[in-house]
This record gives sequence, structure tokens and C-alpha cells, in this order.
Amino acid sequence: MIKPFAITLKPGTSLSNLTGTWRTERPVYLDRLPPCNNACPAGENIQGWLYHAESGDYEQAWRMLVEENPFPAVMGRVCYHPCEDQCNRGKLDSPVGINSVERFLGDEAIRRGWKFSEPPDSSGKKVLIVGAGPSGLSAAYHLARMGHGVEIQEAGPMAGGMMRFGIPKYRLPRDVLDAEVKRILDLGVRLRLNSRVENISASMQGFDAAFLAVGAHIAKRAFIPAGDAAHVVDAVSLLHSMEGEERPMLGRRVVVYGGGNTAIDVARTARRLGATDAIIVYRRTREKMPAHDFEVEEALQEGVMIKWLSAIRQADEGQLTVEKMVLDDKGMPQPTGEFEKMEADTLVLALGQDVDLTLLEGVPNLEIRNGTVQVSGNMMTGFPGLFAGGDMVMSERSVTVAAGHGKKAARHIDAYLRGAAYEPHSKHELADFGKLNTWYYSDADKTVRPMLDIIRRQTSFDEVQGGLNESNALFEARRCMSCGNCFECDNCYGVCPDNAVIKLGPGKRFKFNYDYCKGCGLCAAECPCGAIKMVPEEI
Amino acid sequence: MGFQPIKFYQTGTYTVGNRLLSPDQRSVQAAESRSNSINSGHRACQGCGEALGARYAIDAAMAESHNRLIAVNATGCLEVFSTPYPESSWQVPWIHSVFGNAPAVATGIAAAMKVKGKTDVRVVAQGGDGGTTDIGFGCLSGMFERNDDVLYICYDNQAYMNTGVQRSSATPPAARTATTMPVGPEPGNPFGQGKNLPEIAMAHGIPYVATATVADLRDLEYKVRRAMRMRGARYIHLFVPCPLGWGTASHDTIRIARLAKESGLFPVFEAEHGEVRSVLKIRRKVRVEEYLMPQKRFAHLFGSHPHPEMVIRIQEIADRNIRKYGLLDEEEAA
Repeated sequence: MIKPFAITLKPGTSLSNLTGTWRTERPVYLDRLPPCNNACPAGENIQGWLYHAESGDYEQAWRMLVEENPFPAVMGRVCYHPCEDQCNRGKLDSPVGINSVERFLGDEAIRRGWKFSEPPDSSGKKVLIVGAGPSGLSAAYHLARMGHGVEIQEAGPMAGGMMRFGIPKYRLPRDVLDAEVKRILDLGVRLRLNSRVENISASMQGFDAAFLAVGAHIAKRAFIPAGDAAHVVDAVSLLHSMEGEERPMLGRRVVVYGGGNTAIDVARTARRLGATDAIIVYRRTREKMPAHDFEVEEALQEGVMIKWLSAIRQADEGQLTVEKMVLDDKGMPQPTGEFEKMEADTLVLALGQDVDLTLLEGVPNLEIRNGTVQVSGNMMTGFPGLFAGGDMVMSERSVTVAAGHGKKAARHIDAYLRGAAYEPHSKHELADFGKLNTWYYSDADKTVRPMLDIIRRQTSFDEVQGGLNESNALFEARRCMSCGNCFECDNCYGVCPDNAVIKLGPGKRFKFNYDYCKGCGLCAAECPCGAIKMVPEEI
Repeated sequence: MGFQPIKFYQTGTYTVGNRLLSPDQRSVQAAESRSNSINSGHRACQGCGEALGARYAIDAAMAESHNRLIAVNATGCLEVFSTPYPESSWQVPWIHSVFGNAPAVATGIAAAMKVKGKTDVRVVAQGGDGGTTDIGFGCLSGMFERNDDVLYICYDNQAYMNTGVQRSSATPPAARTATTMPVGPEPGNPFGQGKNLPEIAMAHGIPYVATATVADLRDLEYKVRRAMRMRGARYIHLFVPCPLGWGTASHDTIRIARLAKESGLFPVFEAEHGEVRSVLKIRRKVRVEEYLMPQKRFAHLFGSHPHPEMVIRIQEIADRNIRKYGLLDEEEAA
């Protein structure tokens, strides 16, 4: 064919012109680590389960959640949700109510009777777990799901540990706890109650490994001179006795000494037991208080009073001697020499807890420091095959941390039983706020959970915080911005001026057609969730 | 329970698609079956707003007309980069007119279809701002005046880009082009000149006039589909940033279009028979500096020899648009 003047191309489509050769940078899809997942002490894939909840597939969401943590209904009530503190949405309007959706899923699972999937065939290995608290139960759950035989020996009369004997009913109703514990036992986990392990070396006979999770149940003491008739109790025993038939007698005026969450729990419990005055005495100020702010706020709403910058020096019948304190440069309380009297029928000491380590006597190569057992990165103590977690090792003490310890220990125990080492996946890079294009998220404020009315909060042990229903749980789940993980919004597919993004269909995400991609970067700039990255081409 | 009636809270209507939406609520661009009217391999610059806008608009017109569409193209970037004769990116029946007569050619095709009884075949004419506001203006005004059955789409990138960024009557005040250099006491394109073509189109009293940007696909698709459901002369003025001519990063094309709308400099509205019927409200108001500063064509307003008084005058233009079209919600405007 003779081409006309000044014509160089052949008739045809522009597809013969591979514009990919222009590119100096190429877009690539990646998954980044959402900050919520990064913050979760139990290692939940929060963004992952919210993704399923968003489409109303609550069972799939729940199944994904319990891959990491068997206690969603408990967590949805007692977890201090560090995930929400880190949630990127908090920088836009307010964090996603992860905790409330988690509770909704947990309650939904109980209501509908969802069961864990059946464990695989038995590995033939047996693991002893000491203590049926959150850490021990979590380890038992994960080990059972890996096919190992599990026996839990629990000193107390019921399972749950601090979830039952430390957390009051108004925060965690016992039927919820019972349901989630039972579901774990239904996996074939053997639970022996009222069987205290006196010596772990002896008890370990017949087991291939052991996990210690006895918690911290011994109340810390402070020396306070007390007259014979003074009524002084410790917070651990008080909260423990709430599980019995007989309610403890505290009188009308109860003083709680301490500034942690336990002090708050005790004061709120005292109000419900009929104390007209429940007063927390704390040596420092509200800013320095270790208790979580929302708990302090809820306690104040219920009429609990707090006396700041005060130390109790002496307890007598019906009366305490209190010294005023001041904070020094380092924020530590210092005495002033000014004293005053306070009326009190009961003084409750909530000064922290220690671990009962007597069962460890005679175990070689153990290291005890500051009253806790030292474990290495794989949760194993110095004694091979003996692992430990929860409140008895050095860490923040919360139900969620304990559940995380249980999972982590289970993975390492599983590897140990196979004669291998557990290699965790390397973490993806963090999807921080700067990686998002938040224009694409519509404005939607957080759903506030209903609270029980104040009179019933002061007089009954009914649960204080309500849950979400199906419609507002869905709303809340859909506030998730899916940070760092493609949610198939089609933006990249839409905004490419060169049609160089190929849509692979529902659930299959997208891929780039590098034959035509010019590397303009629009897809990466307009990706709402930061799941595309531009990388330089090798030239 | 499946789909809920939505208001969808995860992404709003701002993303291109959404897996939570029922299929009939999804955008044309989200579909794997979209017509890709302008195909890969075209020679537009990286991040070209016009290439993107043209695919958005013509795909929507194709969907609404059940693929019975003829597109007429004035000379300009869009024609040059898509069709270096005899190769073409277009996957629709497409004809290149000369620079100034696209509206007249479209009128003729519409008349021919009518004579042949093919009333289902629809005609779209398209051109850049040069071919529309300057060179093609006489033909366009005639097409409006006769109320010919054509949808005319102007891709406004505010200058003659393919010939080397010369000023057009759509170039904004203060902008640097090859013919309005940033020199003298009032550098760049002079204030008080140029044309507001959407308002001129409205003055013809034609059935439908709308403005849109490439930053809001759903609004654009809605307007194209609405225009395609009408008969008579219709006009859509589409704001398409040009990375080359404006001196912006190729990945900023959509952001810049968004800022033009959010600052009030480019009001997005629709009008019927000369009367404004709805406006797209400003969602996160920004000052004009946020729009101007990323563009090198406005660089002389800032930097070591700044012209704050000119920035103030540009802000006044934005404020006037906001008042005139009611671009802010009541409480925000107060």
C-alpha cells in the first residue's frame, strides 16, 4: 500500500501504541497494615472482619474475628480498645466504634448459636494449662484448633479468672462469659476445676508442654496502721466475694484507696451495694490516674467521689487519717504534713496485685523479676516446654493482652511440639493517615451506644452499656475506611485516563496493564485507602 | 439480609464504584462492560484530564443511547492525541470536522439521521475550549439558536494546549500562557476579559446547560445521561485540568479539579431553559490559594515577587460565584 503524503501510521487502533514505555514510575497494589490491627493486643484482623460486617455477612465477620480471639462478646464489653485510639477515622470525625461492632458480633454469635469449626485430627500431643482465665482459655482454644489435646487445671470453682472474679457484672454479665467459655470447652478442652497446681514440675508429668496463666490474685499491701476495730479489706477479695451467694457488708460510707481501674470497679460496686458515699482516695491527680478516663467519668456520673492528692495514714474504727499530698517536679506525690480526718465504715485497698509464684518452686532455670516470670520472645520460660503468659508475666494487665498472650503462646507451643520454631509473618508497612485520600469517605459520625439510666446504675448490677442493633452495627461497620486494604471502590479503574487498570471481578480486585500505563499516578493519588504505591521503574 | 437501602456510609457517593451498591445504582465507569469509547494507546500526556473526561462523558452517552451514538470532534488536543490519522483510539463512530465547525457538522448529521428515520441514533459534538469559545463559537451559537438535536460537550482546559499553550477566551485571569507571559505590573492573562460560555449558552434558552468536573464522576454521569434523555440543543461544560499547560503534577489532575470546585472558582450547576435548577454545593471550602499554588501557571502570584493583590481579586471571583450560585449551605455561608 502506498501511503499518502505525510502519513506514517497504518490504519488501525491505538492499541498498537504501547504507551507503557513512557513510564518512569509504576503503580503497584499492596496491602498496608491498618493502625487498628497494629494496635490490637490480641492481634485481631479488625479491618478484615469489619469488611465482612459491612456487607451484612455477620457470621463470616465473626468467623474471621475468632481466628484470633475467641471472646468477641467479652471483648466488646471489657476491652479498652486501643484500636479505636489509633483509628485513622478519629482524625476525620471520630473513630469507628470497633468495640461496639465486636460486641454486636459476639452477641449475635451467642444468640444464633454459632459454633467454632471442628478441630482437625488429633496430633497426639497433650498440653497442660494452669489457670482458666482469659490467657489460659485463649491458649486452650488455639491449641485445640491446632489438634492438640488440652487440659486446664483451675484452682477456683469456676472458669473465667479475672473476667469473673475481677470484673463486675455491670460491665460483663456472667451469661455472656459462660457462653463464650462453654464454646471453647465444646472443642474438647478438658477443664478441671478446684484443682490447684501446687508444683508445676510434678503436674507436668504426662504432658508434652505446659502453659502457665495463673494471673495476679494477691492484693498488694501498703503499711497502714489500723486499730483493732477498723474494717479494712482488699479489692481482690472483695470483687471475688461478689461471685458468692453472700454479698459483702461494707456499710454506708466506703473509702477505696488506689487509682487504677480496680479502684473504680470497687467504688462503683460499693454504690450498687447500697453505700451512700463511695469515695476514692488517690495520692496523685486525675491526669496521673492510671484508670481509664471513661471509667472515671462513668463512676463520677454514678455519684462516686474522688479525693485527689491524699494518702491514707491510719485507719481506726469508723475513721481514717488522711495526709494531703503535693506533686513534685517529677509528678510524684510528696507529703505535706497536713492531716485531716475522714469518716469511713470500710476501707478497701486497691493498690495493685501480685502473682502467686509458689507453684514454680524447684523449677530449674526460671528467672523471676519484680514478682513476674521472665519469658523470652516465644513466651517460653527458662525451663524447656514451660510457657507462661497473662498477668503473671511482665506486660500491661488487661483481658485483651492476656488473650493475645494465649494466642502467641499457643503458636509457639505448637511449633515446640513439632520441634520447629514459629516464624511470624513480617508486618506490612503501616497505613497511616497520610496515605489515605479521605475526600472519598462521606461524613458519618460515630454511633453512641445506649447507657442504662443513672438510677438503675446506682442500685443494680444490670449491664451499664447497651449494644448496637443490626442496623446501627451496619452503619458503624461501614464507617471503616479500610485503611491500606483494597475494598474494591473502583476508583483506580475509573480514574485511569489510559484504561490501564483491569477489573478482575467481585472479590478479585484489580491489576495493572503495564503495556499502556503511563505512570501518571492518578490511581495512587485517588485511592481512598492507600492500597496503591508508586515505585520507580528500573531504567 | 444482603443489601440495605443506601445512603452508604463507608464511601458515600464519592467513589467510582461500591461493592455495597446494587448494580443499578453503580456508575457506568465502575462496570467491566463500559464501552471504553477512547481506548488505550492514545497519545495524551500522563494524567490528562481531557482524555479522562472524554471517556467519562462518551461512555455515559453510549450507555444512555444503547450504543447508538455518533461523535463529532473539533480539532484540538482530543482529536490530535486520539487520532493520528489513520490510527484511532475511538471505539465509537467518530468524525473529525475542522477546528471551527463541529457544531455545524453535528447539526448536519442529526438532520441526516432524522431524514433517514434513525431517530434512535444520537449525536454528540465535542471540542476543547478553543474550538468552542473562540473558533467554533459562531457555529455553536447557531446550533443553539436553531435548537438542533445535538449534545455539545466542551472540554475546558483553559487554553490552546496542543499548539503550545496559547491563551483562549476561557483562560482565567492571571494565568501564564505562551501568549500571556508573567511580565509587567499585572502579569499573566488580564482580568476582565474572556467569556463565560455556560452563561452564554443559558442565554440562548436551550433545554439544558450544565457544568461538571472530572473530580466528580457521578455528577458528570448524571448530567450526561440527563442531557441524553432530552431532545434539542444541549450543552455541557466540563472542567478538565491539563498537567502540561497548567504546570501541575500528573497525579494531581483530579485534585486540582476538585479544588477548583471547592474554592468556588468553577461553579458546578445545571440549568434548564436558561434557569439554574441545581448546584453542587461546596463540601470542604478552601481558599483560592490552595487551588492556585500547585499550578506553575500561577507561580508568579507567589514566591519572591508575589502579587497578593491579584490573589485577592481571584478570591473575589470565587466569592462572587459562591454568592451568585449559592454554593455554600446556609449555615456555612453565614
